[in-house]
Amino acid sequence: MSDHEYVPSSKFGKWFNDRLPLLSLASHLTDYPTPKNLNYWWTFGGILTFCLITQIVTGLTLAMHYIAHADMAFESVEHIMRDVNYGWLIRYIHANGASMFFLAVYIHIFRSLFYGSYKSPREIIWIIGIIIYLLMMAAAFMGYVLPWGQMSFWGATVITNLFSAIPLVGEGIVNWLWGGYSVDNPTLTRFFTLHYLIPFLILGLVVLHIWALHVPGNNNPVGIDVKKPSKDTVPFHPYIVIKDGFALLMFMIVFAFFVFYSPNILGHADNYIEANPMVTPAHIVPEWYLLPFYAILRSVPDKLMGVVAMLSAILILAALPWLDTSKIRSAVFRPLYKQFYWILLVDVLILGYVGAMPAEGLYLLIARVATAYYFIHFLIILPVLGFKEKTIPLPLSITEPVLGGMPMASAVKKKESLN
Amino acid sequence: MKNIFKITYLIAFILTGAIQVNAAEKVDLLKTDWSFKGLFGKFDRGSLQRGYQVYTEVCASCHSMKYVSYRNLFEPGGPEFTEEQAKTIAASFEVSDGPNNDGEMFIRPAKLSDKFVMPFENVKAAQAANGGAYPPDMSVLAKARSGGVDYIYSVLLGYEDPPSGVTLDDGVYYNKYMYGNRIKMSQPLMDDAVEYGDGTKATKEQMAKDVTTFLMWAAEPHLEARHKMGFKAILYLIILTTLVYFSMKKIWSRIESEV
Repeated sequence: MSDHEYVPSSKFGKWFNDRLPLLSLASHLTDYPTPKNLNYWWTFGGILTFCLITQIVTGLTLAMHYIAHADMAFESVEHIMRDVNYGWLIRYIHANGASMFFLAVYIHIFRSLFYGSYKSPREIIWIIGIIIYLLMMAAAFMGYVLPWGQMSFWGATVITNLFSAIPLVGEGIVNWLWGGYSVDNPTLTRFFTLHYLIPFLILGLVVLHIWALHVPGNNNPVGIDVKKPSKDTVPFHPYIVIKDGFALLMFMIVFAFFVFYSPNILGHADNYIEANPMVTPAHIVPEWYLLPFYAILRSVPDKLMGVVAMLSAILILAALPWLDTSKIRSAVFRPLYKQFYWILLVDVLILGYVGAMPAEGLYLLIARVATAYYFIHFLIILPVLGFKEKTIPLPLSITEPVLGGMPMASAVKKKESLN
Repeated sequence: MKNIFKITYLIAFILTGAIQVNAAEKVDLLKTDWSFKGLFGKFDRGSLQRGYQVYTEVCASCHSMKYVSYRNLFEPGGPEFTEEQAKTIAASFEVSDGPNNDGEMFIRPAKLSDKFVMPFENVKAAQAANGGAYPPDMSVLAKARSGGVDYIYSVLLGYEDPPSGVTLDDGVYYNKYMYGNRIKMSQPLMDDAVEYGDGTKATKEQMAKDVTTFLMWAAEPHLEARHKMGFKAILYLIILTTLVYFSMKKIWSRIESEV
């Protein structure tokens, strides 16, 4: 924030800003030099902020009408759907908003993976992002429990039971989480409390995420450092604001399509059946955005090791800045990494697909291979690739990524050997 | 490099194969054209009113609909009976109310503000009267089954003699579309089970379609309002997006000309 000193023009503005530099902050945010070659994959940060705010606003409204009680939760949701003015709209925005949030966060994460945005000096931004992602999963899981349908109840039972895999104290922890000896009213009320709390924790972390971003500035598709401000950058306002705004509107069209025309397609029909501890659904499946991790969990025959594998699959991402040994950020200049990137993406999609299928026969086999590959990608391929890969020479600046770049002598050599 | 592509293709090939195997196990549901599907989908008023008749005369003796109120019957977007008709319908049911000033519970005719009267006092009573099976509440049934309205329509018309080799217990019936093919509800719809007031011929198919339409409305009473608002919202977004797109082009033209 030390790019330049902002001095308000009005006397009151100056008086206020000396005491609380809000105007300096606003000036920093509008002038913030941004690489001008950012493509549309970079607009998802803004879209995610929109998703968070939407979830908080609709969530607050729903909480005014929802009753967190095992005997009344399901009925109160139907009350919202039928009798609360525009309750159906608010609930469908909230329910589909969760899916849209995850859709956007997965694009955001895979953008980071492609362009190496997690690498030095942006490790802290990345790690805060992973924590936000973990909290999002916790919030989404607990939110799915609140309507107290069959999938709510049995999803909660399956996921909380995972903690029983912990040796010695497992059972005790599960009873402590439940507030009893099964998922019941105490579980529902505490999930409601935490579901209400977590979004505000996420909001705080988002502020840190953006703060940490504003220290080194944005990465960009070329992945080289840009001088800022320079002719490689544009001020955030109006250039990035309008571009983010345009992308957000496109996103909202997709969002609106789900809300108004297929509001239940991403949910599970069983969740319109009130929770019944005596009847277990045929297939218990989590929401689509948790399926890859569910597949990893089920692909390991041992319960404890399954839980360890599932958690590792997420936590391994936090170590990514050090597992990826390549100094080159953007996959554009890493021909081999680019291939492995797409294979990883396909691998995760496969995990998501088999996660929705029964864990048996061919599905189980595919899940095991895909799980193994997931870990191989991060633990073996990435570290080795950094040393072995012959990268394409980087341009000198993003303004002339192709034309005027003067490749270094060593880079020319590399290119020749590639041919 | 080529090997990597080969592997990717192989994985994709296995995946599509798995999807096809999975699809082959499913029975194709019966299809009919629903007026409420699509961007401008609306309920067919006549079908909703006939569907209500089928529900009351056939289903309601076992199936409750506890989240729907009598007032919903005349509200816009539903069967749209007149308020008087809805009052008459409500008054034909009795509800237990109270306690009154003497501390006694009493029976009175239902009012518009009452929820649909349930056929049984509680789940246990319903099970006891139905051979142990609980006839599910129908308020959100159309959303609570995968396959939705097509599934319900199919089950209503899916009664068949069991194929050879399948033996059924007493009070269990064979249904081509029911999960597991066994159902404890006897075939509810026979031709002319009800007599429609508007002269429509009460075939099995007609009644199944009407009652399923009614169930869809019961599950999603604001469907018409949703479709209407959705069209406006998306149209608005498309216009705004277009305007913002051209503004963006204009603003960015200042930069791109320098490059």
